[in-house]
Amino acid sequence: MSAVQEVVTEAPSVEAVPKRAMTLGYGASLIMLALLIMAPVFVKNFIIFQLTMLLIYALAVLALNILTGGSGQFSLGQSAFYAVGAYTSAILMEHAGMNYALTLPVAGVVCFGFGFLFGQPALRLSGVYLALATFALATAMPQLLKLGYFEHWTGGVQGLVVTKPDAPFGLPMSQDMWLYYFTLAVTIAIYIFSVNLLKSRSGRAFMAIRDNEIAASAMGIDVALYKTLAFGVSAGITGVAGGLGAITVQFVAPDGYTIAFAISLFLGMVVGGVGWLPGSIVGSAFIIFVPNIAEGISKGLSGAVFGVLLFLVIFLVPHGARQVAIVAQQLIGKLKRN
Amino acid sequence: MELFTNQILAGIATGAIYACMALAVVMIYQAIDHLNFAQGEMAMFSTFVCWQLMQWGVPYWGAFLITLVFSFAGGIAIERLLFKPLAKAPILTNVAGFIALYAIINSVAGLIWDFTIKQFPTPFGSSPFLGSQLISTHQAGMIGVTLMLLILLFIFFRFTRMGLAMRAAASLPESARLVGINTSWMIALGWGMAAAIGAIAGMLIAPVVFLEPNMMLGVLIYGFAAAVLGGLTSPLGAVVGGFLVGVFENLVGTYIPGVGNELKLPIALALIVTVLVVKPAGLFGRPIVKRV
Repeated sequence: MSAVQEVVTEAPSVEAVPKRAMTLGYGASLIMLALLIMAPVFVKNFIIFQLTMLLIYALAVLALNILTGGSGQFSLGQSAFYAVGAYTSAILMEHAGMNYALTLPVAGVVCFGFGFLFGQPALRLSGVYLALATFALATAMPQLLKLGYFEHWTGGVQGLVVTKPDAPFGLPMSQDMWLYYFTLAVTIAIYIFSVNLLKSRSGRAFMAIRDNEIAASAMGIDVALYKTLAFGVSAGITGVAGGLGAITVQFVAPDGYTIAFAISLFLGMVVGGVGWLPGSIVGSAFIIFVPNIAEGISKGLSGAVFGVLLFLVIFLVPHGARQVAIVAQQLIGKLKRN
Repeated sequence: MELFTNQILAGIATGAIYACMALAVVMIYQAIDHLNFAQGEMAMFSTFVCWQLMQWGVPYWGAFLITLVFSFAGGIAIERLLFKPLAKAPILTNVAGFIALYAIINSVAGLIWDFTIKQFPTPFGSSPFLGSQLISTHQAGMIGVTLMLLILLFIFFRFTRMGLAMRAAASLPESARLVGINTSWMIALGWGMAAAIGAIAGMLIAPVVFLEPNMMLGVLIYGFAAAVLGGLTSPLGAVVGGFLVGVFENLVGTYIPGVGNELKLPIALALIVTVLVVKPAGLFGRPIVKRV
């Protein structure tokens, strides 16, 4: 309309979550860990497979959480990083005959580099504009993977089949159960890394940028470096998750990594609580199980049931699982005092 | 050279679709400051309502008007019921709400009208326009309607008290409340208008892309891209952005070898991102200056 410039005092678009509130307490972490270790002993192989996927998606949601909840940047392009990680692992295993466990660090490093580079042009964009840029990446990725030039490596539209690893040292475990424990170990390692990262100097820099970019740069934080670094770390973790996903599903194909996947990771983050790292596993459970539940309630209206359930969750707990955790903590505190 | 002009003409014809949708996107962005991911599905639902009315024997323009009223009321109802309670929730939670709404509308429309493709009539006829094979009278009519909507919106926002109040409520809600504007209802009104404009877009697009529950998916993506390219604060920018994206997409498909239908979208998006890196507020958007 007119050419007048608007001056606004803008509230930060992502809530400022204090550093302490981003993780679980010591006791709660141990209980969670014990549950995760016990879980596969009592269930069938298919459920173990689902639990493994739960951990893998939790990693991907955690990565998005570091980016959005930590440094305040949006991304709808996580599916692209996941795809790059998955393909890196698959290609190394199938074409170079590499051990599956060794492909994961490579996938992480490749994705870190990719994310770091993508973060460079994204520096100039924020909010919806950044969302559109990352969205472009996510829509382009499946098409790029289908391109004829790379077909020799990627298998084109057909994708690649990945062999499933056996349990090592002759351990008496099914393949699924071994993969579950392997994934659990990787997940715990990355979780500890992320918690420490957010507690470190870099983590404080991320949060300062999230809360007020100008103030952060006035404090001497290299905003460009830390924003791209956040992209890199997030992409790297997503890449490891992608690699684990490829090994677990035993298959990679371009159409597995569409924008719909990036959107469900986003939903997982919101449901788990933006900026609360343990919420990632709750969010991951939501995106894995709720669509199935919706399908179970009504085949024809599964989309509508899913939407209604999602609405229920965000109406009851607009801040996601974090809100539930805070309420629970207060209740426990009260009981202790009595 | 002839190929070039032809491709530009064809680009403008498809651009009209995007421009229409982008206009609705900008409308709601003006009112609520978010991109509404369910916008395309709302438009699709409205179009189905119009189709159903015509199946029941209501003439085109009658159905058109009823649909507009229905969409306007529907938009307000959705805001009052679903998004007003979320007004204090974080932005990302609101975005999740849009995604939920998207899933609900898409699935309900699929259940009521199923997923078979339906013909949708056009009031403008589909003979060649001014002897050109590339633009039909329908597409010319669509461009005309889009431009007319743009002028009406401009007049509404620039010269009416209501328009001024809506702009105020969107850009500085607290100050607007202080001067006595009911900002909550302004938002609802914005939803209603956006739904109505979306319905017009849907009814104009349906004869080209055919009517089915997923018809808006691609169109909405291009609409978003066009709106962002033109600058989310400017309806004029949205329309110009729409035409530019249409032309872009066609030229890329024609002149860059090896670009099939599937790569058109990523390349168009990449170009838009490039433009945004140079001009972060879009071509016609106002740069927002933040107070430190």
